[in-house]
Amino acid sequence: MAKRDDKPSLEVAGTLEQLLATKEIVISCGSGGVGKTTTAAAAGAMAAAQLGGKVLVLTVDPAKRLANALGLERFGNVERRVPSELFHAAGVEPRGELYAAMLDTKESWDALVRTHAPDPQTRDAILANPLYKNITGKFVQSHDYIAMERLHEIHVSGRYDLIIVDTPPTRNAIDFLEAPERMADFFSSRLLRWLITPYRSRLVNAASRPFYNVADRILGSQFLEDIAEFFILFHTMYDGFVERARAVTRTLEDRRTTFVVVSTLEEAPVREAEFFISALDQRDFHLGALVLNKVLPAYFLDDAAASVAETLCRKAEPIAEEVADPQLGEADHVARVLHEVGESFLNYRVVATREAEQRKELGRVPEIVASAPFFETDIYDLAGLLRLGERIWR
Amino acid sequence: MAPAPLELLDRRLLFVTGKGGVGKTSMAAALALLGSTHGKRTLACEVDAKGNLADFFEAEPNTFSPRELSPGLFAMAMNTEESLKEYLKLQLKVPLLARIGPFARSLDFVANAAPGVKEILTIGKLLWEVREDHYDLVVVDASATGHIVGQLAAPEAINELVKVGRIRDQTRWMVDLLSDPAIVGAVIVATPEEMPVTETLELVGRIRSETQVDLAAVIVNKVLPELFGRGEEETFQRLREPELVSALSRATGSSIEPVLDAAELAVTLRRTRAEHISRLRTEMSADVPMLYMPYLFTRTHGVRATRTLAEALAAELGY
Repeated sequence: MAKRDDKPSLEVAGTLEQLLATKEIVISCGSGGVGKTTTAAAAGAMAAAQLGGKVLVLTVDPAKRLANALGLERFGNVERRVPSELFHAAGVEPRGELYAAMLDTKESWDALVRTHAPDPQTRDAILANPLYKNITGKFVQSHDYIAMERLHEIHVSGRYDLIIVDTPPTRNAIDFLEAPERMADFFSSRLLRWLITPYRSRLVNAASRPFYNVADRILGSQFLEDIAEFFILFHTMYDGFVERARAVTRTLEDRRTTFVVVSTLEEAPVREAEFFISALDQRDFHLGALVLNKVLPAYFLDDAAASVAETLCRKAEPIAEEVADPQLGEADHVARVLHEVGESFLNYRVVATREAEQRKELGRVPEIVASAPFFETDIYDLAGLLRLGERIWR
Repeated sequence: MAPAPLELLDRRLLFVTGKGGVGKTSMAAALALLGSTHGKRTLACEVDAKGNLADFFEAEPNTFSPRELSPGLFAMAMNTEESLKEYLKLQLKVPLLARIGPFARSLDFVANAAPGVKEILTIGKLLWEVREDHYDLVVVDASATGHIVGQLAAPEAINELVKVGRIRDQTRWMVDLLSDPAIVGAVIVATPEEMPVTETLELVGRIRSETQVDLAAVIVNKVLPELFGRGEEETFQRLREPELVSALSRATGSSIEPVLDAAELAVTLRRTRAEHISRLRTEMSADVPMLYMPYLFTRTHGVRATRTLAEALAAELGY
């Protein structure tokens, strides 16, 4: 589309370029379906092309098309370099290097266990425990924590100048902000300690007997023992985990870290974005920018255009006769087309008007607001990512 | 279209899922509304604590105990703690004293820490409402694509982990109900865009291989209207020629160009989305019924949107 008056405007001083040149970690967040992952990749591609240095895009759940756009067969837990030929093919001589990696939750948890387990026996016992497998594979919250953990690990390795991370899709967007604290709390909890007290001594403890009796009736003692064994093993990693979770929290609070909230102007994502912005504020995290995605062209808000569309709807037939041309076909056929054209404009204008209102409310908050148009076609190559990147960059 | 979707509302329990942002909640609301207007005593239940199902009925936030919103339409919000207490009371006859205080907190901890327990408490409560015939139809605004499989597969998974005890007796009847297509069905909501279609295709495969729940329907939401009929698009393209653009601008009193651009955009968006729909149709097995819901230009939220969608659903289902 990318034509004339739909050029994205920059409402307030400051640009994404400046933000990315300043920060070391950029966390892209927002509700599902707003183009968060694509935006993160586009910003990463622009940073590698223009700012130079080594840039990593760490994504959670990429579309196959995005992997292809970055020239990678598939993403893996290990970072891989995006071939510079792809930049050349897009007509760009990149100043830096672009890398991409996908978060593999299971693999990252395993790596964490290998790091923190006190000895090989414990390590193997944990990795083989059926509950561990279940928790890391299926436990919803485990994504949130591991994403932040991996970010921290990569950051302290010093391998990259800029890391752009895309957050896991959660209904409750603040979950992952609290994930490190929750993890620390979990390991410090009294109940965890209760669970890891030897099974037999718990049996004779009068206070816990009613609990045990009922729990046994519900769950069966074998299952309870399995749970206890799992937590006993896990507890050996207590110190490492708590310390680590605190370090991850510090990374999020660091001034070199910034959050970019991505949203479309639809009602539900906007509400989520507002909620998220206030959550960042409460925690004193740095809100760097707001990227508004899939914004309808500005001509929908043009009053002159709207009155043309209304005229087309109202007077399609006389107009069709006026411009009559044998090549165009019958006048009533032309009138139908004109009516449809007018009707469609007015339909989309309703949406554009509603979205302009949302934008006014949302746009007040951060210093940098960038917007990207509604691209007609999907982004399938690096050139496409750079095209999106250009629109939000300055 | 195959006659199969006619049976959609004759099932007793529908889990409505889909990627975030596709309109899962509004579709669950519309299905529940349609059920209740067709004389079914209907319960709409949201599973997500942060959900906004109540907004689609212009109601107060839902609570664990169902409230009647309109004749025959009830709504509730799942709460696993409450569900556990109810279970202890009704199934295990645990005295009240034991259900409160530190004891209950301990149980809650186990429920949080032990994999699958929360899922069982959720699924179990919903199945129980159906088994006890409290409602003719239960519509669940279920978890998003990432978590729904774990939830639906939980009773079986627990069956494997727990060899004896009360839980095992409980999960057995749950598995029986879940695997009966006349009773339980999953409904996946998608929009005609790349990621939602890709996730839907993956989810179809996972529901079939990892759960015993029948896939009742895939609902494609936000389908854009077709602008032009046969031969009309060619006419439209000719209207874009310079002489005609000026003639039309004169006739309408101002530049028609942005209006024509807008129509072009609408045509391209529609075409791109149609490609995603056909990918979904061709890559999914033919026995899965597909329903198409229109994109709503005027209202996307509130009870008005719910009503509009319910009417569109009724038309698709042949009511």
